[in-house]
Amino acid sequence: MKKITTINSGVIPLMRDNIDTDQIIPKQFLKNILKSGYGRNLFYDWRYKATSKEANPDFILNKPEYKQAQILVTGENFGCGSSREHAVWALKDYGFQVVIAGSYSDIFYMNSTKNGLLAIELPKKDRTILASIPAKEKIIVDLPRQQVRYEKYQFDFSINPLWKHKFINGLDDIAITMNYAKKIEAYEKEIPNFN
Amino acid sequence: MKKTMFDKIWHQHVITGEPGEPQLIYVDLQLLHEVTSPQAFEGLREKNRQVRRPDRNFATMDHNVPTVDIFNIKDLISKKQIETLAKNTKDFGIRLAGMGSKDQGIVHVIGPQLGLTQPGMVIVCGDSHTATHGAFGSIAFGIGTSEVEHVLATQTIWQTKPKTIGIHVHGKLSKGVYAKDIIMGIIAREGVSFGTGYAVEFYGDTIRNMNMEERMTLCNMVIEGGAKMGSIQPDQTTFDYIADRKYAPGNMEKAVSYWKQFYTDSPDAFDKVIDFSVNELAPFVSWGTNPGMAVPIDQPFPKIKNEEDKKAYEYVGLKAGEKANQIPIKFVFFGSCTNGRLSDLIIAAKVLKNKHIKNGITALVVPGSRKIKEKAEKIGLDKIFKEAGCEWREPGCSACLGMNPDRVPAGIHCASTSNRNFAGRQGAGSRTHLASPAMVAAAAIHGRFIDIRKEII
Ligand code: SF4
Repeated sequence: MKKITTINSGVIPLMRDNIDTDQIIPKQFLKNILKSGYGRNLFYDWRYKATSKEANPDFILNKPEYKQAQILVTGENFGCGSSREHAVWALKDYGFQVVIAGSYSDIFYMNSTKNGLLAIELPKKDRTILASIPAKEKIIVDLPRQQVRYEKYQFDFSINPLWKHKFINGLDDIAITMNYAKKIEAYEKEIPNFN
Repeated sequence: MKKTMFDKIWHQHVITGEPGEPQLIYVDLQLLHEVTSPQAFEGLREKNRQVRRPDRNFATMDHNVPTVDIFNIKDLISKKQIETLAKNTKDFGIRLAGMGSKDQGIVHVIGPQLGLTQPGMVIVCGDSHTATHGAFGSIAFGIGTSEVEHVLATQTIWQTKPKTIGIHVHGKLSKGVYAKDIIMGIIAREGVSFGTGYAVEFYGDTIRNMNMEERMTLCNMVIEGGAKMGSIQPDQTTFDYIADRKYAPGNMEKAVSYWKQFYTDSPDAFDKVIDFSVNELAPFVSWGTNPGMAVPIDQPFPKIKNEEDKKAYEYVGLKAGEKANQIPIKFVFFGSCTNGRLSDLIIAAKVLKNKHIKNGITALVVPGSRKIKEKAEKIGLDKIFKEAGCEWREPGCSACLGMNPDRVPAGIHCASTSNRNFAGRQGAGSRTHLASPAMVAAAAIHGRFIDIRKEII
């Protein structure tokens, strides 16, 4: 996994609540056996016109001034609905490194920690400020300090130390768990047998 | 200190880690399906890893399976996912209920049906409706594909222990009101994110009186309220359901005495309690684009409160103040892991017996598993459905999500026994209205929803 420490980037505001994983990546794009290539279909139903399948110029991701932004600012309960990890892969593949929402569905949140997508929770008043930043401006997401900074503003966020450690060091979960192999074995010996 | 059932099961499965932090939890059973597993197996291969306990994993194909001729998969990628799962399970020595096998079905239907799902277990699957298995008094939740890979490699998972909500469900259901209406009613009242960050336990006299299939319907849809899992204390109903199933414990007596330790000491042990009386509960119908956008059949659709409501009304082509009996139903779907079990089909068939669905309606009946299909045919349900004008299909997820050829056309209103009415869920532009099997059956006959408590079907 790629390390994440400090990110300096523009912001894309998508201030809706309850954006579900079907909206993030519709099911017709799940039929794949790879982890990459989902970015072009991110937010598909909003991004492309229903009839012609051309880019919808009104949708923020299609506006040229937002092309480079790596930070998504959004509403409450982001990533609700289906458990598809493709939602996280699509966000990552598109180029997002950070999502800033009011809250997340549990499954989406866990998926984000596995794939190096930093999912930050901030209250609405902070997000409203971030969402109003002009497209050409950049903000700083500083993971070691657990801060989001923009000009005079500084918003602190919390993150579990374990996830933070993983992000900063780009660690693979399975390798970490393998360190507990002896304990897992010992546990398995104690499982009751009903046969 | 008083403990919940959830605390007790959780505690037994902790391998390492402190409360409040992510803890390493042992997984007794992982269920796999073709959509969320290929990348997990690929990950193992890339790193040259093995499956730690093939015997604690079980796979089937369900999402992509065509329901007319299961062997004729026209979509190349669907076909590829299905073939990939067959190869992966073979390479790694995992049991598979493959295409056409007698055990095949929707993953959350076959786990309980085979007796794999048991009390006191931690069960995971790369699918949010894994919550279904909590009906047996287990901790069961959906996970992502990286977690699937992690469980394959280590038979464990990192999780932070959630808080608990106890939902006290009490009272007697009126005729025509079902488990589906209870969970829809709870979500409509409490909202689609009331359960975020919580493990839910349902308890109370209404729950005790339910059979296992009703309990599964309830736990299945708790995810639509944001909760990651829902559970119900195992009791004699649970034990009787498991006994004699294919993978039931050899020594049931020993198993039952072990399972009996899993109960909540007192409702005080929950972090939060919700009270839900079902005495006055009416059948529910969803009008909008999330399961919380639902009303009792006799109530008008609510006023527009926010942008989300406005968008939902635009999408479904309905107006605030209208009622569910005004929705022009053109498509009907019986099936899914919420209401695709035998008792659901029996209820729907009872309504449809000696009747005919309204002209111009397409109605699919899709049993949750092959076993259910066989049993239903044995008691003649297939005939009742066919004579009523419905299509009797092969088992699978079908039009619950339209990943296979079964889709609801754009702009068409579908009365559906499934669990999600998200925009586009049943097919691009489809308009889903969730309801119980009895309500959906009545809607098929009338071409609109009716109050099955009052109107003669
Ligand atoms: S029936 Fe529907 S909800 Fe259930 S597993 Fe299949 S697609 Fe998911």
